[in-house]
Amino acid sequence: MQPSDDPAREPSDQAVIVDAEELPALFDALRGRGYTVVGPTVRDGAIVVAELASAAELPFGWGVETEAGRYRLRERSDTAAFGHSAGPQSWKSVLHPARARLWSADRVTGTMEAGEAAEPPRYALLGVRPCDVRAVGILDQVLTGGQHTDPVYRGRRDGAFIIAVECTEPGATCFCTSMGCGPGVESGFDLAMTELTDAGNHRFVVRAGTAAGADVLADIPSRAADEATVRHAVTAVDEAAERMGRTMPVQGLPQLLADSRESPHWDDVASRCLTCGNCTMVCPTCFCTTTEDVTDLTGDHAERWRLWDSCFALDFSYLHGGSVRTSGQSRYRQWITHKLGTWHDQFGSSGCVGCGRCIAWCPTGIDITQEVSALASLQDAATADEDEDRP
Amino acid sequence: MTGTVAARLSAQPFFAALTDSQRGELAEDGTAVTFTAGERLFDEGGVADMFWLIEEGGIALDMRVPGRGDQIVETLGPGTVLGWSWLHRPYRWHFGAVARLATTTLAFDAASVRRRCDADPAFGYAMLRAFTPVITERLQTTRIRLLDLYAAPSQVRHADIGPVNA
Amino acid sequence: MTSRRTAAPALTEPAAETAAVPRFYRVASRREDTADTVTLELTEPAQAVPAFAPGQFAMLTAFGVGEVPISVSGLGDSAGGRARRLEHTLRAVGAVTRALHAAPPGSLIGVRGPFGTSWDVASAAGRDIVIVAGGIGLAPLRPVVLTALADRSRYGRIVLLVGARTPGDLLYIDELERWRRDGVEVVITVDRADSGWSGEVGVVTTLIEPAGLAPDNSVAFVCGPDVMMRFTADALAARGIPVNRIRVSLERNMRCGVGWCGHCQLGPLLVCRDGPVVGYDRAAALMRVREL
Repeated sequence: MQPSDDPAREPSDQAVIVDAEELPALFDALRGRGYTVVGPTVRDGAIVVAELASAAELPFGWGVETEAGRYRLRERSDTAAFGHSAGPQSWKSVLHPARARLWSADRVTGTMEAGEAAEPPRYALLGVRPCDVRAVGILDQVLTGGQHTDPVYRGRRDGAFIIAVECTEPGATCFCTSMGCGPGVESGFDLAMTELTDAGNHRFVVRAGTAAGADVLADIPSRAADEATVRHAVTAVDEAAERMGRTMPVQGLPQLLADSRESPHWDDVASRCLTCGNCTMVCPTCFCTTTEDVTDLTGDHAERWRLWDSCFALDFSYLHGGSVRTSGQSRYRQWITHKLGTWHDQFGSSGCVGCGRCIAWCPTGIDITQEVSALASLQDAATADEDEDRP
Repeated sequence: MTGTVAARLSAQPFFAALTDSQRGELAEDGTAVTFTAGERLFDEGGVADMFWLIEEGGIALDMRVPGRGDQIVETLGPGTVLGWSWLHRPYRWHFGAVARLATTTLAFDAASVRRRCDADPAFGYAMLRAFTPVITERLQTTRIRLLDLYAAPSQVRHADIGPVNA
Repeated sequence: MTSRRTAAPALTEPAAETAAVPRFYRVASRREDTADTVTLELTEPAQAVPAFAPGQFAMLTAFGVGEVPISVSGLGDSAGGRARRLEHTLRAVGAVTRALHAAPPGSLIGVRGPFGTSWDVASAAGRDIVIVAGGIGLAPLRPVVLTALADRSRYGRIVLLVGARTPGDLLYIDELERWRRDGVEVVITVDRADSGWSGEVGVVTTLIEPAGLAPDNSVAFVCGPDVMMRFTADALAARGIPVNRIRVSLERNMRCGVGWCGHCQLGPLLVCRDGPVVGYDRAAALMRVREL
């Protein structure tokens, strides 16, 4: 598809250009509206997601080298603030926090308080990649799309302001194109930015996706976007789609995984998988949690806290004195089958957005795209054998 | 229950795979026997010289356990066969059997049936084909009972994996 | 320190009712069924208890200890469509269930629910109801018997086959007798007899053939340990009952009961949402996969 054929990617008369020096104005506009800005910043040798006090804390000029089992910061030759991928955290740290109180009760006074210990701030998420925009949409479905709405997620999601940043530089572990959710973004954001740094001219092509976004944009110094610049931005994103580090064969994936339940391949993965759960921690859609009830010493005051959990944990499937999934094989099979297969049955879409974090952050470099290819090859070989056996 | 042994034998699905003539031969070794509730058929250790096809009622298999008395290990109902120790040496009962309820049976002379099996391998094979599924099924269900599936986790001895959280 | 137990007020309603927050009810009565099993009746005079359908479960909270999923085992009297009492039969196997098991009358227990799918007894109208219960699996099936008896003429035979570990582990013994008198065909077997037992001894599947079921006209409800449900459902299917008329009640680890925590998955199923009652046509293949 040629860029000009896609009507959604046509230059919009709403797109404006915001120079990088005006990012502080973006912060002012957001904070003036009561938002706490959360975005990428350099910390502990990685680009993490954190509350940002000012635009200066953005990782200008920092990029990353990623590969299976590898993540390193590197200095860029330009000043791009969003030229990185596959960081160890995702926006679920904010919307679906690792620790949240569900309720607190005192049986002496007879009082019961529902909800988090303190009301969470309204967050502005700055720098949400298209894969992560899709991930937020997936969490929306899991946690608010069913019969019951998760109150913690709802409380944070409802007030959130999302500033997406399209990708012009995919990482080595990226495959958002295969999953149909990048490197450009069409919806699910209040503002969408495309970062351009050519000719030392650091600027953003910005468009609003909602009225709230347009409202913020109106407060930031900007100039009308000329067609050439917009065309440049569109092309950069479209070309990024051709340079993905990896691909995922998505055709028939749920059926492949369902058919592979007894595959010998799980033994192979199990010989490499440490069941450390890193993949579930960094994955932007992994949502599993557990609960913990705590009391004070008198036993009269009790609270229930919800914590992140991982299907790789040995007691995740604990039942009647033992766990259902004790072997490493069964736990890896559960994770990948859920993510790429049964997620469709449960929530109507894939659970994977192709962000590549699990590949980068796996200590033994297990690559989810390669595991799928291996399963597909085994399946093809098995089918070929069956065909041969037929008279 | 009325009717000839042959007719009653044909009415039971247990020996359905036998040919008519094989069933006829088997019937020659059979007699109708009834038991009142509580009547003992045989003792553990006794000579296994008969086997029974249960038509109505119920039989309890038991074993004398010092300190526990007579322990029932299994009960058998209509349509199934009681006794297979007659099939092989030393032809001794491993358990006792007592009628739980008023029970009607067809009782067979084991020694005579064994002689027929030796003389006619086809007949012998047909008898074994009828008996082995019963033996397999009882072994299978016994193994399941050994799993003690209804036990609470603390009652089952196994390696403890994970915290007890429920 | 003053004793706080007798004067404790009811916990006030949470400001916003969400599926995440329990309502605390009082234990109205506590009956010991066996050495390790009790049946608790929960009620709160000031508010109506939500209506649970047979087969559904609640997440029960032992204050300060934790929460577990327990199927409802009795629905109490209905008045104006809302139940007055909730009954739960539970076994002390861990920290939370030990605390619930010990809860004295008057104490507070948190309830979230009802959650999950129901046995859908009404769908068996005009047919024979075949219930096979293994061990504590009789508890979630008790509401099936009660529902069918409450509308007896709607159903054909009601056959209840009960398997228990030992005679001492049988639940609801008095009720089983009463149900027999009310027209339920109750047959009981134990895995292991004691000296006082004069009934059947053997696995519960051996009761199926003598029951003389009409497979074309039966709907089967099966509950017990996973292995028992598999063997029983297979035996019922072998007798000709269509697998989509055999229902099992699945069980998996649950931390939320409402589809958010991810723990209760069995392949494509979320047991809290797509179960616990599942047709054997769906469940059979999944139950056979090792460590699924």
